[in-house]
Amino acid sequence: MPSDQERMLARAAREILPGQIVNLGIGLPTRLFHYMPEDLEVLVHSENGVLGCQPLGQDAAPDYELIDSGGAYIGTRPGASVFDSALSFAMIRRSRVDVTFMGAFEVDEQGNLANWKIPGKFSPGIGGAMELAQKVEKLVVLCSHNDKHGNPKILKQCRLPLTAPRCVSLIVTEKAVMEVKEKGLEVIDIAEGMDVDSLRAATEAELIIDESRLGRF
Amino acid sequence: MTLLNQKYTSVEDAIAMIPDGASIMVGGFGSPGTPFALLEELLAQGQKGLTLIKNDANEPEIGIGRLIRAGRVDRLITSHIGLNRVAIEEMNQGRLAVEMYPQGLLAEKIRCAGAGHLGFLTDIGLETEIAQQRRELELNGRKCAIEPAITADFALIHADVADTYGNLAYRGTAINFNPLMAMAADKVIAQAFRVETPGGLKPEAIHTPCAFVNHVVQVDPATIEQGIRAHAV
Repeated sequence: MPSDQERMLARAAREILPGQIVNLGIGLPTRLFHYMPEDLEVLVHSENGVLGCQPLGQDAAPDYELIDSGGAYIGTRPGASVFDSALSFAMIRRSRVDVTFMGAFEVDEQGNLANWKIPGKFSPGIGGAMELAQKVEKLVVLCSHNDKHGNPKILKQCRLPLTAPRCVSLIVTEKAVMEVKEKGLEVIDIAEGMDVDSLRAATEAELIIDESRLGRF
Repeated sequence: MTLLNQKYTSVEDAIAMIPDGASIMVGGFGSPGTPFALLEELLAQGQKGLTLIKNDANEPEIGIGRLIRAGRVDRLITSHIGLNRVAIEEMNQGRLAVEMYPQGLLAEKIRCAGAGHLGFLTDIGLETEIAQQRRELELNGRKCAIEPAITADFALIHADVADTYGNLAYRGTAINFNPLMAMAADKVIAQAFRVETPGGLKPEAIHTPCAFVNHVVQVDPATIEQGIRAHAV
């Protein structure tokens, strides 16, 4: 039986299309590397200045001058390039990165995202998240449906400081896959064994659900 | 500008030019590109009241993390300090003033200074908390914000290879902020694993032309790699 995170990662990986330029956020999204088919021709961008990074092979010795933005030693694949930080963010601001995956503290019905600051508790700085969120065409949020106290993270309106307004395309949690649309959050997939009423109960946001078209994951 | 034939010097002499209270740009994203040998010498010489400009705060045991722990840094301009719990604690206790910018804006503010401009206009961060501190205006019907350029008294740079004129070439993801800072600061001190005589680097292999670099020193890769190996992630 795969874990919640494994199911989320496998589902999220289906959003990556052949030929795309992909950014994987720090933490859970970095593990998407292991859920992409080996023959999938994509270049993974890391904002510290590399396009075409890949995990270091099991026995490969690390190159101490080659890391991803999470700090892990990496390798590069054929077609890779390295560049300075201004250029790396020019690539992001010019929307040359097709899809990005990141975590969230809160997401809301309008696709607003909060994932960098909890005033008084957590403020290490925003890093590259703001520009990725604002400028990458497709932003997939990978997060738990509820916080560790059980409170909903999928809200009517974000309460924490925003990373960027109206930027999220798709939300993947262990309970559901939700698309951000003009009319609100539409559930397209629901977790195996999950029913619609429990999903609504665990969510603060209004959910649009057409049970006849609901996928499972 | 320093004369071409007077740039190649020792780590000690180069760092001795930095006074108390200086503002210093420091290359590096995490460990790669961090000029560990120059920072060690700065720690040893004792300059204090420093303002540092670096993407991150390294980790507590290495790089600028050691300067922060030693209480030598008054102010840090950065993008993310999540890997340095000591820096976060110093900030929360009010002993370290921290100014944070989105990473790409920080890079661009430095690039902009290096290109001789005073600032730039951007739509990044509109409708977020960072908008509160900025002047906004409208250009061609679009809302944008003014981001002033950032300069500094010194930049400490890590390159892979240099020549004695101060031409620099970087490697891997150790490029990051180095070429930007090498253009933005008033005095630039670069360390390299190998320093060639002029001509040792092909003209097209040079990332930072020597016109921007004041002093170049050779450092032992072994001492640098110690710092990099201590990197915990």
